[in-house]
Amino acid sequence: MEIPIKLTVNGEVVERRVEPRLLLVNFLRDVLGLTGTHVGCDTSSCGACTILMDGKAVKSCTLLAVQADGAELVTVEGLAKNGELHPIQEGFWQEHGLQCGFCTPGMIMAAYQLLEENPNPSEEEIRHALEGNYCRCTGYHNIVKSVQYAAKKLNR
Amino acid sequence: MGKLIGEAVRRVEDRRFITGKATYTDDIKLPGMTYAYIVRSPYAHARIKKIDTSRAKSAPGVIAVFTGEDVKDVNGLPCGWQVNFRNGDTMKEPKHPLLVADKVRHVGDNVAMIVAETREQAKDAAELLDIEYEVLDAVTDPAKAIEEGAPLVHDDVPRNICFDWEIGDKAKTDDAFAKADHVVSLEFRNQRLIPNAIEPRSAIGVYDAARDKYTLYTSSQNPHLIRLLLCAFVLGIPEHKVRVVSPDVGGGFGSKIFHYAEEALVTWAAKQVGRPIKWTAERSESFVTDAHGRDHVTKAEMAFDKNGKILGLRVSTIANMGAYLSTFAPAIPTYLHGTLLQGVYDTPAIYCEITAVFTHTTPVDAYRGAGRPEATYLLERLVDTGARELGMDPAEIRRKNFIPPFDGVKQPGYQTQVALQYDSGNYEATLNKALEIIGYDKLRKEQEEARKQGRYIGIGFSTYIEACGIAPSAVVGALGARAGLYESSIVRVQPTGKVTVYTGSHAHGQGHETTFAQIVADTLGIPLEDVEVVHGDTDAIPFGMGTYGSRSLAVGGSALRKGLDKVIEKGTKIAAHLLEAAEEDLEFANGEWKVKGTDKKITFGEVALAAYVPHNFPEGMEPGLEFSTFYDPANFTFPFGTHIAVVEVDPETGKVTLKRYVAVDDVGTVINPLIVDGQVHGGIAQGIGQALLEEAVYDENGELLSSSFLEYAIPRADDLVSFEVDRTVTPCPHNPLGVKGAGETGTIASTAAVVNAVVDALAPLGIKDLQMPLTPRRVWEAIQQAKAS
Amino acid sequence: MYPAPFEYHRARSVDEAISLLSQYGSDAKLIAGGHSLLPMMKLRLATPAHLIDIRTIDGLQYIEDKGDYIAIGAGTSHAAIEKSDLLKQKMPLLPQAAAVIGDPQVRNMGTIGGSLAHADPAADYPAAVLAAGAQLVAVGEDGERVIPAEEFFVELFQTDLDEREILTEIRVPVISGNTRGAYLKFPHPASRFAIVGCAALVTLENNVCSDVRVAFTGVASTAFRDSGVEDALRGQPLNESTIQKAAEQAAESDELEIMEDNFASEDYRRHLAKVYAKRTLMQIASAF
Repeated sequence: MEIPIKLTVNGEVVERRVEPRLLLVNFLRDVLGLTGTHVGCDTSSCGACTILMDGKAVKSCTLLAVQADGAELVTVEGLAKNGELHPIQEGFWQEHGLQCGFCTPGMIMAAYQLLEENPNPSEEEIRHALEGNYCRCTGYHNIVKSVQYAAKKLNR
Repeated sequence: MGKLIGEAVRRVEDRRFITGKATYTDDIKLPGMTYAYIVRSPYAHARIKKIDTSRAKSAPGVIAVFTGEDVKDVNGLPCGWQVNFRNGDTMKEPKHPLLVADKVRHVGDNVAMIVAETREQAKDAAELLDIEYEVLDAVTDPAKAIEEGAPLVHDDVPRNICFDWEIGDKAKTDDAFAKADHVVSLEFRNQRLIPNAIEPRSAIGVYDAARDKYTLYTSSQNPHLIRLLLCAFVLGIPEHKVRVVSPDVGGGFGSKIFHYAEEALVTWAAKQVGRPIKWTAERSESFVTDAHGRDHVTKAEMAFDKNGKILGLRVSTIANMGAYLSTFAPAIPTYLHGTLLQGVYDTPAIYCEITAVFTHTTPVDAYRGAGRPEATYLLERLVDTGARELGMDPAEIRRKNFIPPFDGVKQPGYQTQVALQYDSGNYEATLNKALEIIGYDKLRKEQEEARKQGRYIGIGFSTYIEACGIAPSAVVGALGARAGLYESSIVRVQPTGKVTVYTGSHAHGQGHETTFAQIVADTLGIPLEDVEVVHGDTDAIPFGMGTYGSRSLAVGGSALRKGLDKVIEKGTKIAAHLLEAAEEDLEFANGEWKVKGTDKKITFGEVALAAYVPHNFPEGMEPGLEFSTFYDPANFTFPFGTHIAVVEVDPETGKVTLKRYVAVDDVGTVINPLIVDGQVHGGIAQGIGQALLEEAVYDENGELLSSSFLEYAIPRADDLVSFEVDRTVTPCPHNPLGVKGAGETGTIASTAAVVNAVVDALAPLGIKDLQMPLTPRRVWEAIQQAKAS
Repeated sequence: MYPAPFEYHRARSVDEAISLLSQYGSDAKLIAGGHSLLPMMKLRLATPAHLIDIRTIDGLQYIEDKGDYIAIGAGTSHAAIEKSDLLKQKMPLLPQAAAVIGDPQVRNMGTIGGSLAHADPAADYPAAVLAAGAQLVAVGEDGERVIPAEEFFVELFQTDLDEREILTEIRVPVISGNTRGAYLKFPHPASRFAIVGCAALVTLENNVCSDVRVAFTGVASTAFRDSGVEDALRGQPLNESTIQKAAEQAAESDELEIMEDNFASEDYRRHLAKVYAKRTLMQIASAF
């Protein structure tokens, strides 16, 4: 039995009927076509599916779409405004914080929450805050620098 | 020229990735698309007694259910490299079926494919498939697999031996050992790893009946090779009727080189079903079906004289192939491992023997570094152990044994004892630089102080060499490769002077769209924005061997550079005609041809326009400005370097903490230092993963215990430190760019550096060796044993 | 990964959730943050026919000072507990435990009630609530009952809760001026669950330990209080040598069945329990 849900995604109100077992990440990808949010694992480990729900970073593979009823979601597609990159996106570009790009949207969203809560994180705090996001390409070296770049820019 | 080569240009491809607009295979949605789910064996070894598909077939949304019976007339997956037995017999190459009909041979072996309207329905129907298995005994340990009476993976492969192989001079080596003052011996398992690119594999098969044309979208590192294997070996469909597209691919590390059954299945079944079929692996499937890496059981010995000079090296390895031969599996322990055992040392006698065996495990093939990390690990562990036992400093013993510098131009290449000829090298320079960066003398003093306080700090070295861009084709063919190892390019100058280049290399994180554009813009003297790099589509690109073995820049980049030379050559003729000057009076720089000594000039754009609007054109010359080029290198390239790791061991828990990591690599000429550094960082992390965290563990029944991210640890941000990377530059003498390759150096070097550091830390306790990964428990147990003895 | 089909019910109140539980019995599962249940459903290790969502029930997410105890709504997220100034001040070992659960995303969604009711033997909260001396409030058809933490964890993934009951509140006593607590863990490198997690609470009177509570998670099939360590320290001054001695007693009870897996053997786990008992107690000692 499908269930009606109504939520806000990247500032737009969305109303759909969904099967209860539909995962939020599949709702975003398959129903709304927002394929920037990725699925990298099935154990809530890798964080490639990280989005913001009501301002908090969450793993959208470990939520049912029905649980997001009434929520306000932001995905990686919602970060750039009027074609201008968000400072975190800019940081990843400037500091070569991505290679294959698959983990990047989740990484950016996790960094987003970190910088909301802690505008001046130390390297150790950045590494700790990103422990729920796997990257197999960068060794995290430039990801740390990307977040530092963004922190500097956001604080300016 | 020279404005863009060597510049840390920010990647031009990044915008789509950071805004969520990239297109990975699973992002593609086609009209009428159906979804496949593969039913896999839960057993390592079992006979399929019965499969009843009736309930699954009538489940909601199910379109088709295919089993081994349906594909029994389809060929299996081919192996792309043949290695013969020492006695000349052909290696054993049992059929690797797309779907198994009779006997499953590893957990995850493909048994059936269900196609349904939705992913959920396909998976629901899988639970209704009634399969009866007769479970058989399994063997997963390669050393046990060759014992008499071990369960056979394939009935017609006695003692599970796929082939045996040797390289080097046995008599000379035995003689060196007989004369040695000191012999160091290590026995270890270079453990099995699971690549775990973060994007799970995905494939979409499409069949257009009206045009009789197939399209396969696949998360592959080399679409052309997949097309070739798919058409010529598996399905027997005409190659010109198949288009293979590798769109954005989320990391590969080797695991996406190979031709997998799912690619053939969705292509084959798309015609049966008449609709597109998408299959995407769940991570659990990645763990049991992506080809694994390493898994060598090795005994290695090194002979020294009393001054620490290496006299000989003897290696005996049993290499696990898994249940079937994956695409390049036989080449890894042999031509990418045995031939690298010279390392950076002037060892006069080397002998290596390899026994490749089948086991009831996931197939093993190239994983980042592929053979070279195993070679480096054993060499660097032996050299370090030798230093300790001879009372020498690990830096000093290396210095004593390095091959002296040679540039491959004024001095010839270095002929190794194990077939390869190194192109150019200056090994000591990287050691010196690394020692300086780490502050070696001061660090040793700090270590001494720490020891007095009961703290265990260790310093570990790894001076490595690797072989990239394996070539030329005639040589690799003689070594058993069933493919060439060249690369292609098309340089298409558009009428307005903008340039589109097509490369047979494939980027899945390496940044070709930037690096290759830098080469084009730099060579032609045009803005970077005027260049577009196209890769990953067999309908657009002539042919390609894809990206693996750090070959893209050395081989693909050189193919591109050769094509650009042709453009300049023809452009010069056109320019000479238009400027009414002799060709030899022209010089080409900064995107324009100038008549030397005058202000007469013509721009690249004007020449391009003339080539496509040839109203005033050299007589007899074809219009257009486009060249297709194939480049087959003269030799491999041989990057090298020195890595130093500093660790601290918590003696109470056995936990190893990485404190510092210095890498000085020489990858030849660097086109984009930002990208090269990024490759090195990522490689280091993966090698550290092998040293400290990662291990595929099978139980005695052949079940994979480390089958998810809850058991199999890959490095996370807080497991690592920021790396201190630097480089020296020794250009490759035999390719037009002077480049060597940077994709695997980190992985090849770092595993040994970290293990050497931990052993160094614990040396005061008398610990001489540790088995990877150095988990806290293993280290703690070693400490307990050392204390007890 | 897709869960098997189920019917979804969104409960608007605890009463409604209980009546749904009564209606569907063992076919039903409660879901709050979903970070214990959903992963199991995706792997189809759990296939409930009915899912009762209690995440949005008003009044299950709070941290309130009740004088001699702090009341925590069962739906409170790990992140809220991690960041609670009230708890940091009055029962700091709970935020310390919350801060090392999973990762930031998991802590945003996962709830204390969900974690406790799931009773994973390697979860962090069970040791923390045992050491804290928490009381767990369950509501069922017959009303409310208060379960001491010691009686709550029955077996692997099994609690004292009836399948028709809901855990609604966790009550943790407020520590006095001469009590300190801490939680430290040695995580599994992959899952980051505890190989050994140690929670401890020590009260000093006249410079000797008058009350000692030491609990472990990750060591056995359920979290447990370790009377060996507690008894050895009670009545003693709190210093390195008494701590060392007490810590030696960790995980030594004959009744204890220590878990063993590929990452940690029985011996190694027992050893880590001693190390972590020592480190946790040393941290407490340094906080006085």
